[in-house]
Amino acid sequence: MQGNSEAGPARVALVQSKPRKGAYAENLASLRAVFAQLAALEPVPELVVLPEAALTGYFLEGAVYESARSAELFGHEISSLWRDVAGARPVEIAAGFYEVENGSYYNSAIWLALDERETRIINVHRKLFLPTYGVFDEERFLSRGNRVRVFDSPLLGPTALLICEDAWHSIVPTIAALKGARTIVVPSAAPGRGIEGDGELVSISRWRELLRGIAMEHGCFVLYAGLTGFEGGKGMTGSSRAIAPDGEILVEADAREACVVRAEFFLDDVEIARANLPLLGDLRAVLPDLLADDELPWLRGRTDAAGR
Amino acid sequence: MLPVVDPPKRDPYAAPKIDPAVAARWLVGFLRDECLGRRGVENAVVGLSGGVDSAVTAYLCVHALGPRNVHLVRMPYRTSSPASLNDAQLVIDALGAVGHTVDITAAVDGYLQYEPEADARRRGNVMARTRMLVLFDQSAKRAALPIGTGNKTERLFGYFTWHADDTPPINPLGDLFKTQVWELARYLGVPPAIVDKAPSADLEANQTDEGDLGIRYARADAILSSMLLGYRDEQLHARGFDAAEVALVRRRVESTHWKRHLPTTAMLTNTAINEFYLRPVDY
Repeated sequence: MQGNSEAGPARVALVQSKPRKGAYAENLASLRAVFAQLAALEPVPELVVLPEAALTGYFLEGAVYESARSAELFGHEISSLWRDVAGARPVEIAAGFYEVENGSYYNSAIWLALDERETRIINVHRKLFLPTYGVFDEERFLSRGNRVRVFDSPLLGPTALLICEDAWHSIVPTIAALKGARTIVVPSAAPGRGIEGDGELVSISRWRELLRGIAMEHGCFVLYAGLTGFEGGKGMTGSSRAIAPDGEILVEADAREACVVRAEFFLDDVEIARANLPLLGDLRAVLPDLLADDELPWLRGRTDAAGR
Repeated sequence: MLPVVDPPKRDPYAAPKIDPAVAARWLVGFLRDECLGRRGVENAVVGLSGGVDSAVTAYLCVHALGPRNVHLVRMPYRTSSPASLNDAQLVIDALGAVGHTVDITAAVDGYLQYEPEADARRRGNVMARTRMLVLFDQSAKRAALPIGTGNKTERLFGYFTWHADDTPPINPLGDLFKTQVWELARYLGVPPAIVDKAPSADLEANQTDEGDLGIRYARADAILSSMLLGYRDEQLHARGFDAAEVALVRRRVESTHWKRHLPTTAMLTNTAINEFYLRPVDY
């Protein structure tokens, strides 16, 4: 049962991968080796999280049409790999991929639950915020998702998946937390920039502050799996990390090394954090009034005949 | 094979964290604000036992008010350890503050001669309450404020004499665990002889706090710091804390809530003080 210490800590592995651009089959083969490594660990992780676009690389431009697959196919490929190397051992896997459905393309992340008998797709999250500025051009090739679901992970209980920029809009993790999420999992591909920082790229510090802020505001765990390696000169910043509900960084990887990051944590730390800093409960009480404010731009049109 | 990055090994008994520089700055500000600002009192009186809590309090007071405005009072009883008296003198010398010695033997024995059957506990309480009498009177004599020295661990354990050690109107260390007081002491430069010795109330020969309490401060503080956040016993066990020690700590804390409050007053009207009639302490 989730949330009880008696069940022991949750054991998680974040795979900070460095795929070869567009080489799906080769990257899948590499993942088999990683899964074999994870299955040989003691203890074996109960959840494996891969980054955004984990098996293709992130900057695909038009090649996204050649690399995308259906959620069912991607889920089958990933789960088959695990079965091949780990047999019937249960695991949950979250991974980012480019998804196609009925001719529409998405930047998505899947959540799979494998037990002795079956593989279930627990959730497919489609990235809500598609960065299309500066170096980014997602919206030219992809459609956006339109909701953040909170789903029931057998290991973690109520959980939400966000992809990269989704986490930068504070309203998104807020909605996830209001819908009951106790863990927020963020597969990401974050190209590094900003050399005016103190010992690391500014974008790495910014991500760390942002994720700690989510954890502390909502009293939830945050798991972040970052892509690493250079893509045509743009260096992905890895830094996969697990953050506790009080903002403590439990573990964090280097920016530039492909690696496996292990974390163990007790889920009932969520209750302790929320009892000691009940911001989420306060928000639940006040948010309806804030959202009904007729000065908000999307409500102003309904109440102001002049359309100001 | 990918390299595996593991989190740092977690020690459930790791000491509660403190940045002593931050804590020292904050507490000096607190002392200045309470003494000079709110109360307009320039002098402080600290009872100096030779232990680390009163030494740290003395250092903070000197930083806040200056050495000439801090009166450090040694109050030995005839059975007190001479080493305690010497350690207290180390603090007076190091700080250049004003030192005083008031022997409480005559006062204590003046009463106890009529109570020859009093056991060690009663005798210790009489000594503690006599010292508080001296401390308040010395404060009145010198237009000074008596400053408390009790730490969070002993407050949580109820390991103090009620209406004695806990009576001064302000207390800089009351929210610091013992292990954090040690850290602060090292940062402030309290002599190692004081920081490193076994803490003792020095009410009986060979007495130590940890002997009385049945647990080391380092282990107690780690348990307390999690327990106070709201972790239940089974959650503490799951995180690696020893079940017998958790039970001991829980028992001590839960049997002494009353010691951390003012006396229980029977409520009879709807203007009962601190029940209906409520005003902040600094109003």
